[in-house]
Amino acid sequence: MRVSYLWLKELVETSLSPQELAELLTMGGLEVEGVEEVGGEFERVFIGEILQIVPHPRADRLSLCKVRVGRDVLSIVCGATNIFEGAKVPVALHGAKLAKGMRIKRSKIRGEVSEGMLCSEEELGLGEDSTGIMILPDEAPPGEALEDYLPLKDYILEVSPTPNRGDCLSVLGVAREVAALGGGALRLPSPEFPEEGPPAEEMVEVRIEAPELCPRYSARYLWDVKVGPSPLWMRLRLERAGIRAINNVVDITNYVMLELGQPLHAFDYDRIRGGEIVVRKASEGERFLTLDGKERVLDGETLLICDAEGPVAIAGVMGGLESEIEEETERVLLESAHFSPRGIRRTSQRLRLQTESSYRFERGVDPEGTVLAASRAAALMRELASAKVSPGVVDAYPLPFKPRRIEVRPERVRSLLGLSLRDEEMMECLRRLGIEVREEGGRWVAVPPSWRFDLEREVDMAEEVARVKGYGAIPEEAPLLRPQEAAPREGERLRREVRQLMVSLGFYEAITYSFISPRSLEALRIPSGDHRASPLPLINPLSEEQSVMRTSLLPGLLEVARFNLSFKNEDVRIFEMRKVFLPREGLPEERDALAALAMGYWRPRWWKEEGERVSFYHMKGCVEALCRRLRVEQVEFSPAEAIPYLHPFQGAVVRVEGEEVGCFGCLHPEVAEAFDLPGEVYILEVDLPSLFGKGRTPAFTPLPRYPAVVRDLAVVVDEEVPAEEIRLLILSRKVPFLERVEVLDCYRGAPIPEGKKGLAFRLLYRSSSRTLTDEEVNRYHREVADHLVAKGITLR
Amino acid sequence: MSHPLEDLLRSLQKEALEEISRTEDLRALEEVRVRYLGRKGKLTQLLRGLRDLSPEERPRVGERANALKGLLERELERRKEVLRELERRRAFEAEKVDVTLPGVPFQEGRLHPITQVMEEVVEIFVSMGFEVAQGPEVEWDYYNFEALNIPRDHPARDMHDTFYFSSDVLLRTHTSPVQIRVMEAQRPPVQIVAPGAVYRRDSDISHTPMFHQVEGLMVDEGVSFAHLKGVLTLFVHRFFGKETALRFRPSYFPFTEPSAEVDIQCVICKGEGCRVCGETGWLEILGAGMVDPEVFRMVGYDTERYTGFAFGMGVERIAMLRYGINDIRLFFQNDVRFLGQF
Repeated sequence: MRVSYLWLKELVETSLSPQELAELLTMGGLEVEGVEEVGGEFERVFIGEILQIVPHPRADRLSLCKVRVGRDVLSIVCGATNIFEGAKVPVALHGAKLAKGMRIKRSKIRGEVSEGMLCSEEELGLGEDSTGIMILPDEAPPGEALEDYLPLKDYILEVSPTPNRGDCLSVLGVAREVAALGGGALRLPSPEFPEEGPPAEEMVEVRIEAPELCPRYSARYLWDVKVGPSPLWMRLRLERAGIRAINNVVDITNYVMLELGQPLHAFDYDRIRGGEIVVRKASEGERFLTLDGKERVLDGETLLICDAEGPVAIAGVMGGLESEIEEETERVLLESAHFSPRGIRRTSQRLRLQTESSYRFERGVDPEGTVLAASRAAALMRELASAKVSPGVVDAYPLPFKPRRIEVRPERVRSLLGLSLRDEEMMECLRRLGIEVREEGGRWVAVPPSWRFDLEREVDMAEEVARVKGYGAIPEEAPLLRPQEAAPREGERLRREVRQLMVSLGFYEAITYSFISPRSLEALRIPSGDHRASPLPLINPLSEEQSVMRTSLLPGLLEVARFNLSFKNEDVRIFEMRKVFLPREGLPEERDALAALAMGYWRPRWWKEEGERVSFYHMKGCVEALCRRLRVEQVEFSPAEAIPYLHPFQGAVVRVEGEEVGCFGCLHPEVAEAFDLPGEVYILEVDLPSLFGKGRTPAFTPLPRYPAVVRDLAVVVDEEVPAEEIRLLILSRKVPFLERVEVLDCYRGAPIPEGKKGLAFRLLYRSSSRTLTDEEVNRYHREVADHLVAKGITLR
Repeated sequence: MSHPLEDLLRSLQKEALEEISRTEDLRALEEVRVRYLGRKGKLTQLLRGLRDLSPEERPRVGERANALKGLLERELERRKEVLRELERRRAFEAEKVDVTLPGVPFQEGRLHPITQVMEEVVEIFVSMGFEVAQGPEVEWDYYNFEALNIPRDHPARDMHDTFYFSSDVLLRTHTSPVQIRVMEAQRPPVQIVAPGAVYRRDSDISHTPMFHQVEGLMVDEGVSFAHLKGVLTLFVHRFFGKETALRFRPSYFPFTEPSAEVDIQCVICKGEGCRVCGETGWLEILGAGMVDPEVFRMVGYDTERYTGFAFGMGVERIAMLRYGINDIRLFFQNDVRFLGQF
């Protein structure tokens, strides 16, 4: 909300500067986001007096004016028709700057010298009136800078009240805070004016049929109204607050709303059939044409203001086009009502129509303030629209405001705040906010003022005390922490281990959005029957690209790879360890997952060696390292035939204790293409919960005391025989003292025949009780070799 | 008068010592030794010639000759040491490396800056005795709003532009629902921090639809606003440095009362006023307050017996301040040139 400094000073007597006020309010809980200095949008514009007007000799529509500005008399050509001799007008001199970047220079117009320009309001950025030259009051002193003469210089405080402080959505509300926080004394407006003509109650009848939605409706009747433009000062204040000036009657209702916080509505009385106001709920599907020219279809919970025959306004939201104030309007019915916040909020949301009025009613308007606001508006209409005000206010108030009584225990307030404060000080804090505090039988009862909807409980009072005292007054204390009963949170430690391992393997951690495009799952070639193919969709996504909750981390990582590639980052190693969202009954299952991607060089070329490109076995190494880190044993790898996004012959499934925990390999070329990636992209994917459960607590094995004896064994097998099969075959012989079998080599080409490959194994023999002799090891090793031969394996 | 042999010994001594000192390596030194002391060496031959001397001359000249032998042996030994040392040095020199050539290019990865900051924040609270708690990101409206005293028609919902899956399932807009879940599961005392992703339907230069928060909650008997100030002041001093000033301002959250916003002195301009802090000298980094009794009622805590405080902070904002990052979107583009900087 934009609050004028000068306006604020009319309601609170303060010597504080705009910046000091901003600081005071901010530290009191009413945040001021900025202070803006405002003035005229022009330079070198002065007040001039027109001494003489003669027609332009060569142009019918122009005249030549002699204008006195200070001691100089200037010749100025002008095209406007509203000027007259003796008029005081704004004169833009040579070099002047006007609104919208316009610049004025001495010039010749149709052969006549013009030493400046007479200005309209629009040219000065003061209003929308461009029909004629702005005529200033007679007493305006020629020669004075216009900016100094007009009430233009001001500061705007950009105040943003929290949603609970609807009472601060007005100049008065802010002034009250300033006063309560010690910034000065409050000055409430007290409009006084003569009343004349027929009593209001003879002209207006108000009937409220839905008092829970409209507890109060006050109305005034005004006649002999002259609708016209508002004076400059009022238009400036409205426009600087962000409200467009329309005409004096409408402007006054807006002005009073800004000043006192009470939304008002002015009806053209002659269009209110029967002089009657009925406040009722709409019937389901009822239609109504609002001020903005749109037809609205209403539901049964919408509150309407009606006349004897039909609706004239949607209560608290917007008036109707039919009863709008127009230039010919002579009689005005002024509404100053109180509507329930919930009802207005509901209607405003349903109609997607938020207005200055609905915004305030939603947040709560002072129910006791309707009459003051109506009178303040009436006084202004009398002054600025020469209106006559009928005696009295028609005030239907079926559900009068009941002040709340709140018990406050000073000791409790002190202990909640941790602030030692004498009773009298505490009481003073509350009273400054308009809260009445009574002592009744040794207990405090606080009664908040009618505009403070937010004060309901003792804690609310504690906050008010702290606010007025200043949060800075509360000391800082270290709390005593007691041990708490808590579930072991093992997952956090394991997640940290995984993240650290991935980093140590050279991967950067990525964080991508949890929502993805449904098309990206199709691009992964995930078949429609797969549970990952039916992700949870958002009702209101920002875009199709971010419309479903991810069931896999891969789309995000592939997107990151593409993004990097577009910046020529070709060697990329990234991982993400976050949640995937698997739909089920109720909330989806949020499962920790790990995915990683590597492409380009694993190790770049350097001066000693050629670079090494990422391969299938790098990813396998990562998976093995991960299993070691988590102390997971019994890890098996088998060709991945059913993983649709992996290369058909370069993919593996990882099983631990027989359960599938993940996969890795080269990305399927079609998937890579769908993400605009080159062929060689390697990924791994791990379902962390299935892995986390399988880690073992390490059991100590005594260190060997005797040396191992090493023997190698080489075989030739068919290309498609997996190395592991032979390794297991060696172990299956179960010869004594065979501790370990490792793959030593795998090679193809001469002298190995086509379609075959050579495999070499290293066997470690060791006894825990003595040093083995060469002879016995040779014997066991031969036993192994014989075993292989017996199984049809060719030795080399 | 001296015997001619004595003159010979003198010149031999001069010549031998010169040769020894001129040697450059052990092989040359050995040659010198052989030349003088070897079986056919000059001094050896000279010593053999002593036999031909008269008995009265022999002891005197013999003594001289033996003395020279001893001298040469010592000098040879000394030179040998010097040359050995020289040779070791030469061998090392042959192994000399160019220390300016690049080392093996290990690639070390990096944790995402958001993770790093989140871990550091959490670590500070854990060291104070708080425990880490987690909650779902897809959440019931009840936990995200209702139980936090934000009923359906509450204007505070305007502050949260929410992603919905249905009328009662949504993406959590803050980490505060974890408070409710923890309190439903655990009796006081409660001291937890809950880090995690949150979502708001907002996307522009300063907003991303997903971002991160760290939530904190402490509930026990006798917990006061002064304790809240104590804990958060300690946090700010540990994270931003002991000299960082902070201030607590009244604010509003439906689930705390009294509520506060915490500002720290601008880390860029040190309070002088700059573009980052909007010329105020202060940066808003935390929302906090005393847990509203309504919230305790929702989880069945005795509102008379227990009080507590809660706080929440935006991780991206803190990370941006710490590293001087000017565009929040960089966090989620994951350019490796960005990730590699932290």
